[in-house]
Amino acid sequence: MVAKKLNLKDKYRALTRDLDWDYDYSDRKKAFPYEEFEGIKITDWSKWEDPFRLTMDAYWKYQAEKEKKLYAIFDAFSQNNGHLNVTDARYVNAIKVFLTGVSPLEYQAFQGYAHVGRQFGGAGARVACQMQSIDELRHVQTQVHAMSHYNKFFDGFQDWTHMHDRVWYLSVPKSFFDDARSAGPFEFLIAISFSFEYVLTNLLFVPFMSGAAHNGDMATCTFGFSAQSDEARHMTLGLEIIKFLLEQHEDNVPIVQKWIDKWFWRGTRLLAIVAMMMDYMLPNKVMSWKEAWEVYFEDAGGALFKDLARYGIRMPKFVETTAKEKEHISHQAWWIFYTHGHAAGFHTWIPSDEELDWLSEKYPDTFDKYYRPRWELAKEMEARGERFYTKALPQLCTTCQIPMGFTEMDNPTQIAYRSSDYEGEKYHFCSDGCKHIFDQEPEKYVQSWLPVHQIYQGNCGGANVEEVLRDYYKMNLGEDNMDFKGSSDEKRWNEWKRKGVA
Amino acid sequence: MTIEIKTATLQPIRNTFANIERRFGDKPASRYQEATYDLQGEANFHYRPLWQPQYELNDKSRTKIKMNDWYDLKDPRQFYYGTYVQQRAKHQEATETNYSFFEKRGLAEHLSEEVKSYLLTYLIPLRHVEHTANLNNMYGCAFGYGTAITQALLYNAMDRLGNAQYLSRIGLLLDGNSAESLTTAKQEWLKNPVWQPMRALCEEMTTVEDWFEVFIAQDLVVDTLIFNLFYSQLDEKLASMGARDIALLTEFMQVWNKDSSRWLDSVLKTVASESEDNSALLGEWVQRWRKKTLEALKPVVASMLDNSDALSIADASLEERLTKIGITY
Repeated sequence: MVAKKLNLKDKYRALTRDLDWDYDYSDRKKAFPYEEFEGIKITDWSKWEDPFRLTMDAYWKYQAEKEKKLYAIFDAFSQNNGHLNVTDARYVNAIKVFLTGVSPLEYQAFQGYAHVGRQFGGAGARVACQMQSIDELRHVQTQVHAMSHYNKFFDGFQDWTHMHDRVWYLSVPKSFFDDARSAGPFEFLIAISFSFEYVLTNLLFVPFMSGAAHNGDMATCTFGFSAQSDEARHMTLGLEIIKFLLEQHEDNVPIVQKWIDKWFWRGTRLLAIVAMMMDYMLPNKVMSWKEAWEVYFEDAGGALFKDLARYGIRMPKFVETTAKEKEHISHQAWWIFYTHGHAAGFHTWIPSDEELDWLSEKYPDTFDKYYRPRWELAKEMEARGERFYTKALPQLCTTCQIPMGFTEMDNPTQIAYRSSDYEGEKYHFCSDGCKHIFDQEPEKYVQSWLPVHQIYQGNCGGANVEEVLRDYYKMNLGEDNMDFKGSSDEKRWNEWKRKGVA
Repeated sequence: MTIEIKTATLQPIRNTFANIERRFGDKPASRYQEATYDLQGEANFHYRPLWQPQYELNDKSRTKIKMNDWYDLKDPRQFYYGTYVQQRAKHQEATETNYSFFEKRGLAEHLSEEVKSYLLTYLIPLRHVEHTANLNNMYGCAFGYGTAITQALLYNAMDRLGNAQYLSRIGLLLDGNSAESLTTAKQEWLKNPVWQPMRALCEEMTTVEDWFEVFIAQDLVVDTLIFNLFYSQLDEKLASMGARDIALLTEFMQVWNKDSSRWLDSVLKTVASESEDNSALLGEWVQRWRKKTLEALKPVVASMLDNSDALSIADASLEERLTKIGITY
């Protein structure tokens, strides 16, 4: 043979995109029907650069090795009652939030990437998406298996999938992913692969996994390490999709910019839950939310957007608001949950004095001025036996679905309140960012399944909140909800300690 | 002798997740159960898909098949991600040994030009059929309902990509890694008149809307016929041509087919026995695609195999399978 041997790049192409062909007998648009309606112009799929090169044989081999190690640790963890090694039982509430709020998103990612992994006309992009789809399935399943042991010893994990479809605060993550999956295939990739995986993932993944590492949670932390190389692949896909779209046609630039604006803001709202987790739920702190935002978004993201400027892409809209929000958002979010702790599927609590001091130190410009006094008051009330729970159901932002508790960032004593009129109805928003997103696509967001509205409309059963929580959400009232102080979680934990096993 | 290591025994407060307990009772659950049942969102979707506003994001009505509980379609192999990749890694390792053996011994050099050209005309183009199977299984994964079936369809889709890659590597073994053989085989697929009806069928399958019909067409009808013709009958023919060694390179597909059939038969049996309507639908789809596929394979089989009964032998294997599953029409 005189023919030249293939290099790795060409070999991978031969083993992936060369499997496809131009149709002659059926209409290819009927086989791949969703590529055009978003207005994205793809002139040449062959320009797609494979973000990673992994043939199936290698994939099975590497992933099987990772799984083998991971499950060996899960087995050892449960055999040795690894849950006893966490810093204290309050920590476990962080992973309740993770299982009920984040793991179902991994599932939705599996579904979303399966969809685009079938629908893209370019085989290179399809294969990359298929691999992400199966990775995401891995993540949800390994998370369930990591939490399975905790579920046997703590409350609040047991009905995670049922809760995700129904509970008021879980509609925040659920609607985020429903929004992405119901969008067209290119927007889905900009939303999840680029805006989420590439720009913001470090702000979700790193805090939870480092939180686990800092708090003696070997199961979660091991899962995190094991998923790292998958995540690295996912990030390269995020970078490739944006470059590909921007290089394919100049008309794509404003569309992509619009999506970046939307998904950046959507993402920051979703991350409010991570912010409060970092600042309030970890007994051993990793870093403050403000610091995480500065490192992972302002520094890393800033460099990325500088890079994208040559395509005509600018920083996301409302990025200047986030620079102010980093001082406030975690405190406001935890306060919302603290005051609605009777309706949450995990425990809330007042930070210890030591933790209050840490917050003062990390947030010198805002904490003592705006937030510490609230906690001091909450402490006094608790000491009097009047632990405060708000009775009213909160109004929700139509876009992000978070209760309207965030403030004007220039005046943190004033709740932010925006609204838009659409077809004779008024819709409410927590911020300019959320209002802007609604105004771009009102016909989409008027469909939002807002949990509080649904309760009032009688769609969640129950004549009162308690019945909704118990019967519709399937919460074990008095076990899953309320303050950590006095909870069964706390009692069991103290019992284990007293016996000397923890 | 066994020694007992003293560990702290703590009484768990529950055995498994509440949804698993509702299904199977209050007892320890398997990892397959915890990683499968009720994982998919079922209620309160926020927005209709822009690309299919007639449906919810997850919607049972994307197929005419009706199941009281889609989670009845469990996988007898109990594959969740971890068990799936570990099983395939094992197969992959054995296959790797075969491929290295083939390469190390220079077995390609022992193949006659006739055999090589035969492989390029008939075996290697199957990688395009496998690619179609990848698309069709992804389709079911994306539009299907319930993790029990959708995860299995994803594993199947990835397997088909793997099969296509192994077939491609046979080509690369023949051409010394230049991909010339893949180019030739692709031309056969695109231009050779004997392949065109099959190519047209593959293209057509990717335009069918009902995901369960696609599943029947691809995984039951096309696969049963193709595997009989190409991995059993063609295998024998190659042996008679002095190319028995090729079986080393197709063993992965043989093992895979056995593994996958166990799952498929079990799932379809459940669907067929669920209701008369389901059973009738399966019969209708099988009838349609069986006729089309036999027609589409006719020229390539006539040109590839000397036995004029080859197609009816393959069809008989399909018939046998239908009887086993309980699909009649």
